[in-house]
Amino acid sequence: MFSFEFMQNAYLAGTLIAIVSGIMGVFVVARNMPFMTHTLSEIGFAGAAFGIFIGWTPLNGMLAFTTVSSILVGELSGAVESRRESVISAISGLFIGLGILFLSLSNKNSSYATSILFGSVIGISHQEVVQMAILSVLVLVVLFFIFRNLKDDSFDAVGAKTNHIHSSLISIIFLVLLAFSVSVAAQIVGSLLIFVLLTLPAASSKYFAHTVIQMMLLAIAFAIFGVWFGLYLGYVTNWPVTFFIASIEAVIYGSALIYNSIANKSR
Amino acid sequence: MSETLISVEDLSLSFPNHQVLSDLTFKVQRGEFLGVIGENGVGKTTLIRVILNQLKPSAGRIKIKNGLKIGYVPQFRNVDVEYPLSIEDFISLNFTGIKLPWLSRKEKQKIQTVIKQVNLEHISKRPLGLASGGEKQKAYLAQALINDPDLLILDESTASLDPNTKRELLDVVLRLNKALGLTIIFVSHDMQVIHEYPDHFLWLTKNGYTAGPISELHNDSKEGEYV
Ligand SMILES: Nc1ncnc2c1ncn2[C@@H]1O[C@H](COP(=O)(O)OP(=O)(O)O)[C@@H](O)[C@H]1O
Ligand SMILES: [Mg+2]
Repeated sequence: MFSFEFMQNAYLAGTLIAIVSGIMGVFVVARNMPFMTHTLSEIGFAGAAFGIFIGWTPLNGMLAFTTVSSILVGELSGAVESRRESVISAISGLFIGLGILFLSLSNKNSSYATSILFGSVIGISHQEVVQMAILSVLVLVVLFFIFRNLKDDSFDAVGAKTNHIHSSLISIIFLVLLAFSVSVAAQIVGSLLIFVLLTLPAASSKYFAHTVIQMMLLAIAFAIFGVWFGLYLGYVTNWPVTFFIASIEAVIYGSALIYNSIANKSR
Repeated sequence: MSETLISVEDLSLSFPNHQVLSDLTFKVQRGEFLGVIGENGVGKTTLIRVILNQLKPSAGRIKIKNGLKIGYVPQFRNVDVEYPLSIEDFISLNFTGIKLPWLSRKEKQKIQTVIKQVNLEHISKRPLGLASGGEKQKAYLAQALINDPDLLILDESTASLDPNTKRELLDVVLRLNKALGLTIIFVSHDMQVIHEYPDHFLWLTKNGYTAGPISELHNDSKEGEYV
């Protein structure tokens, strides 16, 4: 299987994505942002379509759109927590409409759209793997430096206010990192199923691990397991890889919930 | 010689549609255990927010001793049953700043010290979401102690606790006050415990306030709570 270059690239990219998603996912779940994450990836779809339309790579189109919109969402929703979802709906509606427009204008056949929406491992070139690696490292380095403040702001927003943490700055930085992560992860699982990597592994991990760092390690493990096994099954069966990754992560999440309810009963 | 940590003079504060605090004058000395009492909505939390420099007074002055370190336990917290972090990791959240993600040996030792101070050794690895109301309040208290504050502010920390748990928490606070000389501001609308624990009081009412040593707090208000 590894004699094919596209499989090597897929495994490399998949592993990177799993690591970034596991770490970011823990904050996505703690900050209660799965919806925002999903919307960012829909916006990513529009960005990819735009990229194709003007002759960029889909990844660059995604990066441009998700980054701009994440900053917009951060600025527009401001301090009013409850406004966030409506702002997100408005922005995503606008961007997805644009995506459909760009796709139809660029005259590409619909298989292009499917591969953006549902992911595709065949299409990842070595050069794209390099770009994804750079983006992933960038996300991890920034996380390294803001880790403690982001952790406080995500897991104890009320307490963080009295720790002189610049909450709105942290939020914007986090949203931009999320935009990068979404764009990278969408290359494998597709825009529609981004939460499969950016939400489910982290959401599962919190039933087993009880420190932020342990949760991250476990979320990475869940994500890597899904990606590796999914790629293998996809290779063997010729069924879509995304289907396998999604199923594996859903099964892990389901098991975590069952484990939790059993553990709670015996407590 | 007592040392003044906070000095408030003729302080008033109004929000756009109404006045909350008016012409308040009092001092907090080092080592004091001050009980701030008053009905809901009278302005206790607002006063705390002025002390924390989150709100500016509309008139009057507030002087805080230079470099005073304040540990604060807020009135409300978002911790539900699914809250995943262990009590230990929750406490560590207050180690903020641009530092390595993992904790240093010194920081870990400090966490163990405060966990002992609030008597949570036996459940320190358990998720905070599964802790009882009293255990949660102790964890919040421990978190506020982690950066060695000079002054500890508790806002309605005992409000939702049953009488025994309430005393257990306040015994811990009193021990910190007596043994370590930690200055305490304890906000409550529970007259009973205000009579028992603090050595000074500040009683805010709709029309004004009274303040002084606890012996001067009227005895007729000893029975039960008022809301
Ligand atoms: N940011 C604010 N803007 C306008 N009114 C406020 C604000 N914060 C508090 N208030 C009002 O000030 C009054 C005092 O509130 P608070 O200090 O929380 O009372 P307490 O803590 O004594 O129960 C209440 O009537 C409350 O509605
Ligand atoms: Mg209050």
